[in-house]
Amino acid sequence: MDLELMTNSFPKLLSATMVTLKLLSVSLIIGLFIGLFFAILRMNKNLFINKFAYGYSYIFRGTPLLVQIFIIYFGLGQIEYLRSTFLWVVLKEPYWCAIIAFSLNTGAYTSEILRSAFQTIKPGFIEAGKSLGLPRKFIFYKIQIPIAIKQSLPAYGNEIILMLKGTSLASTVTLMDLTGVAKYIISTTFKPVEVFIVAGGIYLFMTFVIHNFIKYLEKKFSYQ
Amino acid sequence: MELLAFGNTGWGDELFYATLMTLAVSITAMIIGFFFALIFTPLKLSKHKSLNLIGNFYTTVVRGVPELLIIYLLFFGGSGAIMYVASIFGYNQYIEINAFITGAFSIGIISGAYSTEVFRGAIQSIDKGQFEASKTLGIKKYVQFYKIILPQMLRLALPNLSNVWQITLKDTSLISVTGLVEIMRQSYIAAGSTRDPLFFYSFAAVLYLLLTFFSMKIINKLEMRYSRGF
Repeated sequence: MDLELMTNSFPKLLSATMVTLKLLSVSLIIGLFIGLFFAILRMNKNLFINKFAYGYSYIFRGTPLLVQIFIIYFGLGQIEYLRSTFLWVVLKEPYWCAIIAFSLNTGAYTSEILRSAFQTIKPGFIEAGKSLGLPRKFIFYKIQIPIAIKQSLPAYGNEIILMLKGTSLASTVTLMDLTGVAKYIISTTFKPVEVFIVAGGIYLFMTFVIHNFIKYLEKKFSYQ
Repeated sequence: MELLAFGNTGWGDELFYATLMTLAVSITAMIIGFFFALIFTPLKLSKHKSLNLIGNFYTTVVRGVPELLIIYLLFFGGSGAIMYVASIFGYNQYIEINAFITGAFSIGIISGAYSTEVFRGAIQSIDKGQFEASKTLGIKKYVQFYKIILPQMLRLALPNLSNVWQITLKDTSLISVTGLVEIMRQSYIAAGSTRDPLFFYSFAAVLYLLLTFFSMKIINKLEMRYSRGF
């Protein structure tokens, strides 16, 4: 056990954690909007729109995240047309490619979570709102969304933790996130166990915080 | 389309074998995972605090740490650990473990943690009366497990195990970093030599979709079979 290496690598890994957290938070925020958008499409009665939203979530949930990142980072740059548009400014940066892939991926999972949350809302709530003469928008924002948030919190908490682990894939497109730096230190010192303990400890600490934060929110949102 | 031709002119046969490799690694990992689950599920359900702690430590650490980090640990540390154990027994030669074993083992550890949670949940949701009834009938402990608990547990666990299978299948893409030639690695090689990454990575995505689609079909059939009478 090389304690000196552990203490030496800790600050490096901690600053890499910032990259991980930045990737996580940005893609979760974008992913939440994507998820909400597709969850609403899923509830649309138009069969074509419905199938489109289902296809999106099926494809992104059925393929590994690694493939998705590689398609966006290595694949999209190949299209000549894209290189001439302003999108190229975004797509040539590995950072933004990772964000796009993560957001689309978590968006697909979030859309499923939100859809099932919306579907478990008892029709009575919506009918009650209608019979009170509330406008449709009001019912959606003030009745359906708060209930859906409460319903989806446990599953969404899991999704945040899965996404935290997913951000480790950013290291495959040259980003130096927590896993990237850990791998760099491992491959230069050949001390995998020590680095794993420190980096794994940081990841575990983050999952611990997220887990408890979600638990706290669940308590806050419960009716009783 | 000529890119996918079989033989020396295209990548069709290479990708086909790579798909078989992905399947082989996933199945091996799933089986290794079952062994881990077989060890750790009793630990998690045990009444002893210390055994409990070991079981919880395993599932919490493995499910809380990125898969890639675990793979790096085994990839860089695996042969070192084995050589260390071998040196105790007086064998000092360099030992190299092949990428398949490292890959299947690391994914197996991960899938084992998920399987453990699934089995724990399944056993806990079996009616307590079943345990008590078999005890009163004087049925031996292992007969009770194999003939009463296990069949009921499988029915309850199957839907969640199919999720574990999906996770495992997708996780195998990560062991391409160790150089094992599965779908992802083969696409990487093909993309590199043809300069057509968009096509090959999209094709890899299609292959994964096909694998998940057909495995779901099979698992659904199994689920129907095991839920007969319910």
